[in-house]
Amino acid sequence: MIAVVGLCVALPLLASALVLGVRRLATLRDVITVSTMAAVTGMAAALLAEVDRNGTVVLRVGDWAPDLGIVLVADLFAALILLVASATILVVELFAIGQRRTPAGADPAVVSPILLVLAGGVSLAILTGDLFTLFVAFELILVASYVLLTHQGRESQVRSGMTYVVINLFASTLFLFGVAIVYSATGTVNMALLAERIPELPAATQVGIGLWFLVVFGTKAAIFPLFSWLPDSYPTAPTTITAVFAGLLTKIGVYVLIRFFTLMELDELGALLLVIAGFTMIVGVAGALAQDDVKRILSFHVVSQIGYMIMGLGLFTVAGVAGAVLFLIHQIPVKTVMFLAGGLIEDDQGTSALKKVGGLATSKPVIAVLFALPALSLAGLPPFSGFVAKLALVDAGISSGAYVIVAVSLVGSILTLLSMTKIWIGAFWGEVTPSAVPASGRRSVTIMQTAAGLAVAGTIAVAVVAGPLWRMSEQVATDLLDRTPYIVDVLGGTVGEEEVD
Amino acid sequence: MSLAMIFAVAGLVAAGTFLVTSRSLSRIVLGFALLGHAAVLALLASGGRAGSPPIVDGEPVPDMSNPLPQALSLTAIVISFGLTLFVLALARRQQLLTGDDLVEDDVEDRRIATTQEAREAAVDETRELEALHDNPEGGS
Repeated sequence: MIAVVGLCVALPLLASALVLGVRRLATLRDVITVSTMAAVTGMAAALLAEVDRNGTVVLRVGDWAPDLGIVLVADLFAALILLVASATILVVELFAIGQRRTPAGADPAVVSPILLVLAGGVSLAILTGDLFTLFVAFELILVASYVLLTHQGRESQVRSGMTYVVINLFASTLFLFGVAIVYSATGTVNMALLAERIPELPAATQVGIGLWFLVVFGTKAAIFPLFSWLPDSYPTAPTTITAVFAGLLTKIGVYVLIRFFTLMELDELGALLLVIAGFTMIVGVAGALAQDDVKRILSFHVVSQIGYMIMGLGLFTVAGVAGAVLFLIHQIPVKTVMFLAGGLIEDDQGTSALKKVGGLATSKPVIAVLFALPALSLAGLPPFSGFVAKLALVDAGISSGAYVIVAVSLVGSILTLLSMTKIWIGAFWGEVTPSAVPASGRRSVTIMQTAAGLAVAGTIAVAVVAGPLWRMSEQVATDLLDRTPYIVDVLGGTVGEEEVD
Repeated sequence: MSLAMIFAVAGLVAAGTFLVTSRSLSRIVLGFALLGHAAVLALLASGGRAGSPPIVDGEPVPDMSNPLPQALSLTAIVISFGLTLFVLALARRQQLLTGDDLVEDDVEDRRIATTQEAREAAVDETRELEALHDNPEGGS
């Protein structure tokens, strides 16, 4: 099982090199890409089962002691998110293959290998137990995302790509400074050792480190007021790319925020996190209400929903963090499928502007269903996963006595529903508009709709297995806030003990 | 951390940040180069005082400089080198498309912001007219 942890990172990267070599042979390329992602998803599922049954799996790369070398840590939190993330990339890859090379679509010869690099980076960011390796993983993800965003070289993409690249490069440089600060304060970059040493630092230093990394990870996660790059750059990319960005990239930022803030016991920043969470929810959804293009509305929703996860983290209680974890698991597939549905609209109509699209509920009922289900889930209506996740957060907020943020989150939910209604009225009701693009023989609507359907099934599955998921989320939150299980799992035991069994 | 190092890092960060906030991509690239250098210097300084070359010469451990920040710096240098090239390529593409390398405004965003402003201006105008109507002497 220990090899699986390494393979989750290495396999996509190796496959990427292979796919790059055969990128002009469409069938072979697609088979390798899909089977690799399917394998990673399968391994993540096996890892989750193993971790849930027998506890954390730790891989010491090169068998170095954890304070000298790099460790990959698959605890319950990492295994859960890894499974959701790799399944999401698999679905998007399928959608990309269905879309082929339509004007709105991305070139699979470029997208397939780069998405695999992205998958490797995502696995590394989730599994790493080392701050500097986390920096490298972020760079891997970002470099892949820069290429995915700008590879078509259209004017709008180069323009928004520049904002995206410049802001993320700046955040990465700050990350590097952060590593230097942490290293000079503690003499280590291993997260388990940091978890032991940072709480012993003077309070002001702790807060300083916390704020520094809040800016670094907050920029990646697009929290208020660091989100402005997101709604600007996401809508210009091809649908498949936006879907994977919206579903995954910001959520990896949130994952790392949760991991770092709980592990370093930075709960004195909880109140600040709650304020940020409130502003993120409201500003994001208000931005969404002002837009009149499906992809842009959805991009602002990405920002708004980040606020809910930060709210759960900011409460710093088991219920709150568990709510944030559950919300994270619900958001990744929901956000992805909403963008895929937006992509189906764009693919069918040639545009995603609400003024130019109409009557899809009668002309394309499949797209309507694929959009409606996750939209209701996003707004938090029962019985969908969004309801379960939001209920958990609101419940946690009330039991902590944080009534203001609970009220703000409920207002945010209503506004979310309102802006979903705006898309529904604009795109699905009204006069049926003729498609602006001629049907292209090179794309397969069936594969695209199957991929989106799979993702919808995934979001419904989150609601169906909400009971076991909630149990796991509570377990994750208990372990995260307790901190000792992580520290003991990484540092405890002699080197090489795990390899025996 | 020696005083010279502090001033070097501070100077590089100041100049780098100033350049990055510019609208011209070629300046932004230079800014990132400076910021990257500053981060690498900070990493090196975080390793404590300088010493003899680590590991290779078999020097006793207390005399060595700390090898870990050096390893981290090398990785960071390679990454920032690759990214600098990518941004340069992006700047070149922008130059081919628009004839300059300035970061452009978001057209869609401007469009929505403008209609909002126009609406607000209309509301303000109505209010002024109403005020004038209600109170003809006070409207100066």
